[in-house]
Amino acid sequence: MVQIEQDILAKNNRYAAENRRYFGERGMLALNLVSSPGSGKTTLLTETIARLKDDFDIAVIEGDQQTARDAERIRATGVPALQINTGKGCHLDAHRVGHALETLQPKNHSLLFIENVGNLVCPSAFDLGEAHKVVILSVTEGEDKPIKYPDMFHAADLMILNKTDLLPYLDFDSEQCIQYAKQVNPRIKILSLSAKTGEGMDSWLRWLKAELELQRIDYA
Amino acid sequence: MHEMSLCESILQVLEQQAEAQQYSKVKTVWLEIGALASVETEALRFSFDVVMQGSLADHAQLEIIEVPGQAWCMPCSRNVVVQQLYDLCPHCGSHQLQVNSGDQMRIKELEVE
Ligand SMILES: Nc1nc2c(ncn2[C@@H]2O[C@H](COP(=O)(O)OP(=O)(O)OP(=O)(O)O)[C@@H](O)[C@H]2O)c(=O)[nH]1
Ligand SMILES: [Mg+2]
Ligand SMILES: [Zn+2]
Repeated sequence: MVQIEQDILAKNNRYAAENRRYFGERGMLALNLVSSPGSGKTTLLTETIARLKDDFDIAVIEGDQQTARDAERIRATGVPALQINTGKGCHLDAHRVGHALETLQPKNHSLLFIENVGNLVCPSAFDLGEAHKVVILSVTEGEDKPIKYPDMFHAADLMILNKTDLLPYLDFDSEQCIQYAKQVNPRIKILSLSAKTGEGMDSWLRWLKAELELQRIDYA
Repeated sequence: MHEMSLCESILQVLEQQAEAQQYSKVKTVWLEIGALASVETEALRFSFDVVMQGSLADHAQLEIIEVPGQAWCMPCSRNVVVQQLYDLCPHCGSHQLQVNSGDQMRIKELEVE
């Protein structure tokens, strides 16, 4: 008999801790963007980058099973992006993100967005070393997603309710959705916006700047 | 969720430990799985057999120790048992709950040769 008492995700967690130290030493803000496919992660990123790139250094890691389309969309905005194809894998892991950092060489005090594979389930368990998971839910997906996929909403610190421009055409119940999210995670913060029209983007930009500022504090 | 990749992580731990603990074959693996860890034990068993094929844990037996979910209820100021992450407090109905046990996925013990 051998007693080993090892967390199954211990290996991933060790790489995540290394990434977290890497971000900390450079005063970077790293965010892990998670959602189901098509909720608008890449659109939110290109719109965000367009508004912030003159004032901040930004880099993006894109995770998808196949294609480099999302990284190309990001590069078209003028910021560096690296695509990771996970193949059969349904989530990014901290080891591959660590390698991506070696190639990408993000600047000190930069903002790093990691767009995870579109999947509301698996990425919740894999820490990448990020400061926060940000879950994006579009209003076309239905208000019950937070209680149907509780792990993800439990793991996230911020929820973005996207595509609010479509609300007039749907019977999406925003209040109920927010209540479900808080039921799963009482500490979650929630922002509503439309990446397409730009409505509500200001609060998101303010949140980003505030979080970036927090990373710049040099603790002893 | 992703039971397949969990089993791949388990295999990595078994292989790493084989050197340190000097074994070449794993006969039984005891896992501690929390009720809130979102692991489907049936799917885990299935993936386990598939992933361990041809490895040092080929045909190993999988024993799963289930750990109940527990959370701290802020209004009640005490620990309560919860079945799922989004459960309300069974005593006061609050959702101000802080999970403090039952979300673990750990390898506890191995029977080896
Ligand atoms: N109406 C509306 N459409 C949006 C909005 N944001 C994104 N979309 C559309 O939603 C579709 C998917 O957007 P993406 O940005 O590719 O979504 P994604 O989450 O990156 O998708 P994957 O990476 O494939 O998971 C596109 O057709 C976008 O134009 C929005 O705020 N309003
Ligand atoms: Mg995308
Ligand atoms: Zn209570």
